[in-house]
Amino acid sequence: MSGAPPPSGDRLTLEPERYELAAGPAYRFDVDRREFVKLLGGGLVVMVAAAAAPAQESGARGGGAGSPPREIAAWLHVAADGTVTAYTGKVEFGQDIRTSLTQAVADELRAPLPSIRLVMGDTDLTPFDQGTFGSRTTPFMAAQLRQVAAAARETLLDLAVAKWSVDRSALDAREGEVVHAPSGRALRFGELTQGQALVRTVAADPSPTPVSRWTVAGRSIPKVNARDIVTGRHRYTSDLTRPGLWHGRVLRPPAIGATLVSLDASGVDTKRVSVVHDGDFVGVSAPTAAEAALAAGQLKADWKTSPQPSDGQIFEYLKKTPPETRDGDGRGAGAQVSGSVAQARAAAPLRLEQSYTVAYIAHAPLEPRAALAEWRDGKLTVWTGTQRPFGVRTELAEAFRLSEEKVRVIVPDTGAGYGGKHTGEAAIEAARLARAAGHPVKLVWTREEEFAWAYFRPAGVIDVKSGARADGTLTAWEFHTYNCGASGIRTPYDVANQTVQFHPVRSPLRQGSYRALAATANHFARETHMDEVARAAGVDALEMRRRNLKDARVRAVLDAAAERFGWPPSRTPARGYGLAAGTEKGSYLATGAEVSIEPGGGVRVRRLVTAFECGAVVNPDHLRNQVEGAMVQGLGGALFEAVRFEDGLITTDRFSRYRVPRFSDVPELDVVLVDRPDLPSAGAGETPLVCVAPAIGNAIFDATGTRLRSLPLVPSGLPK
Amino acid sequence: MPLLELQINGVSRRLDVDPERSLLSVLRDDLDLTGAKYGCGEGQCGACTVLVDDRPTRSCLTKVASVAGRPLITIEGLERSGQLHPVQKAFAEADAMQCGYCTPGMIMESVALLRRQADPAAPEIVHALEGHICRCGTYDRIVRAVRRAAEATKGGTG
Repeated sequence: MSGAPPPSGDRLTLEPERYELAAGPAYRFDVDRREFVKLLGGGLVVMVAAAAAPAQESGARGGGAGSPPREIAAWLHVAADGTVTAYTGKVEFGQDIRTSLTQAVADELRAPLPSIRLVMGDTDLTPFDQGTFGSRTTPFMAAQLRQVAAAARETLLDLAVAKWSVDRSALDAREGEVVHAPSGRALRFGELTQGQALVRTVAADPSPTPVSRWTVAGRSIPKVNARDIVTGRHRYTSDLTRPGLWHGRVLRPPAIGATLVSLDASGVDTKRVSVVHDGDFVGVSAPTAAEAALAAGQLKADWKTSPQPSDGQIFEYLKKTPPETRDGDGRGAGAQVSGSVAQARAAAPLRLEQSYTVAYIAHAPLEPRAALAEWRDGKLTVWTGTQRPFGVRTELAEAFRLSEEKVRVIVPDTGAGYGGKHTGEAAIEAARLARAAGHPVKLVWTREEEFAWAYFRPAGVIDVKSGARADGTLTAWEFHTYNCGASGIRTPYDVANQTVQFHPVRSPLRQGSYRALAATANHFARETHMDEVARAAGVDALEMRRRNLKDARVRAVLDAAAERFGWPPSRTPARGYGLAAGTEKGSYLATGAEVSIEPGGGVRVRRLVTAFECGAVVNPDHLRNQVEGAMVQGLGGALFEAVRFEDGLITTDRFSRYRVPRFSDVPELDVVLVDRPDLPSAGAGETPLVCVAPAIGNAIFDATGTRLRSLPLVPSGLPK
Repeated sequence: MPLLELQINGVSRRLDVDPERSLLSVLRDDLDLTGAKYGCGEGQCGACTVLVDDRPTRSCLTKVASVAGRPLITIEGLERSGQLHPVQKAFAEADAMQCGYCTPGMIMESVALLRRQADPAAPEIVHALEGHICRCGTYDRIVRAVRRAAEATKGGTG
């Protein structure tokens, strides 16, 4: 790639995000659709072939070469009683997509919202899906469900034409009925199917309802299952039970990288407890969780540990560790180069060079990893909270040498993930224990296990060199990101001479996806550096960004945020103000932060204003909720969240040692939604996070003159 | 083991359980009352909150024997003949949740707050709920939901 100009399109093609796009499954067995349809009974089934589905969603196997798989992208069932069931492989983790996707179906089908049920993330029932991540549900899955719902509506209209022998143009579908206005006749959708089992497969025809005709989508509708949540009735994985259920417990190694030398289980009452020792895996299960915990404590294991880096040395470690090679595919190996950074810098009156770092942080979803596994007649069923139900099915099939049709993964709406639940370790552990016990086994990770043995948002180092004219106009930009990822690595500012490179590194800690991925780190480095250039040039932070920005969508959110924030702010003692802007995953945003410096050196964030644009808004209140939530989550990583580790031990292994934002940390939050009904909707669960840290860091500099270049910024107050 | 008598949501239950076990584990594993959640096991997150003698109590740190004979209310006991409690209603209407895992604990703490103090101001709500974590960051909405419930129950009982 070296020497090629940066792509002019929206997406940087350095590499797909390495921490999200796991390889597709080796085998994919078609669900027997005749069997499936029989299960549904009478009514109308409509399936949309996946041919037109975006490649990311249809999950072309083995890296995307070849023709698209012959697959069904989405399906929907209209029962004789009018109940509509739509099936999607996406899962609900708090993004409120159960609601927004239901809205999309209601809109296209013209059916009342309460008549629609969504079956999500069940590998036996729902179409294959690569996973719920990357802010792709709204742009892609909503479009697929709209297609299948539109096809169902058209089929129902066809049925009415045949039944009444009337002109199709005189028919209208609305509120779950087909209405023939001239004669005043109307039939419910379910009645039109007349108890037959009708199956239609339609080629994808992407002519969804234009935003101007949305009736249900585009409005704020409360969470469709809010009642189940507020009554405690909703069953998360950790709440499930089965007849004859046993409880599992896994024996964890004393440190990362430790291997098991020997195990003595003689202290365990094996008449009551099942013990599994399989390679480095040691676990127990018993009729009660208390017995399982007791038994785990009676195991005597001897582990061999190896030297591991500690958090104090992590950044030098990441810089000096040789680049990781990746299966010879070269991704991440090359730099994106345009012009000559060296020449441009040599000629630039302003030259800056700085290094920025971000710590590992933990997702810490409030529901820790959990799984309930049950073996019956050679088939394995696992309920588990994962963002990749089909990926976890593959993991299980491989772990137990089963064909995928013998494995079913069901994902109940889950107690959050933020990118932290892509993997199936709890599912595999529960299944291994259940197979040995001859009982269904539920395994709920403890909080300590979740903090120590899940994976983390990667730590990283970002080196930036810039050159600018005296008025702050950038002429050179060199940006190297080590380890933490390529998301958001490309600058939205116009700079003629650029070198941008991502350097993958073998991380000493297990790392993976995290809400917004490396876009947080890369935005932190870039937007902090932009502030440094502006200060060096003596140009206002807003003006400096505008001066370097052609992208109209970034400019629009920057201006919207600045206006709401009141930029330039009037000076107040011990207060500081900062700005940041950017774009990622098709969304555009700018954040303004106000901080106060408290007596004793504490930093308090007083106000965050985020202007956010993600195309056409589907559910304004839920969008607002996502933007607010992302700002609060971003606040934790900006100010104080960091995973600490020493000799292979995670020392921040509980909430009393790992601080997360609480009620009193929350500043005044102001969200400006820039609605663009003329543009396709992009996902919004992640990106609103990415400008929080640089805006706060820039505000701290404004207040104190101290430039902070590491996240978290102030884990224990301002540096003395 | 002697039988323990628990008064849960107005119903008396006699249980043969280890008195040293946590109230949370007995509620969830023995009684299948799973509205109270495990989040940390150290009283830091509030997801396991139930009411004991009307006081918000971290059931993960409470030995089951210590609450024998005392009135317990869990999230499952708030609804009255199909009617949501005003706090439940306010949380649903204000969309004061995302994943919803912390919601039962937040609601129980808020119910207790409104019983002590019918009309708390926002800073008082923040103070009362400071021991609860919402990792999805819906804190602002939760404060608004509690205010909404207080408004709705003015002059009435919470």
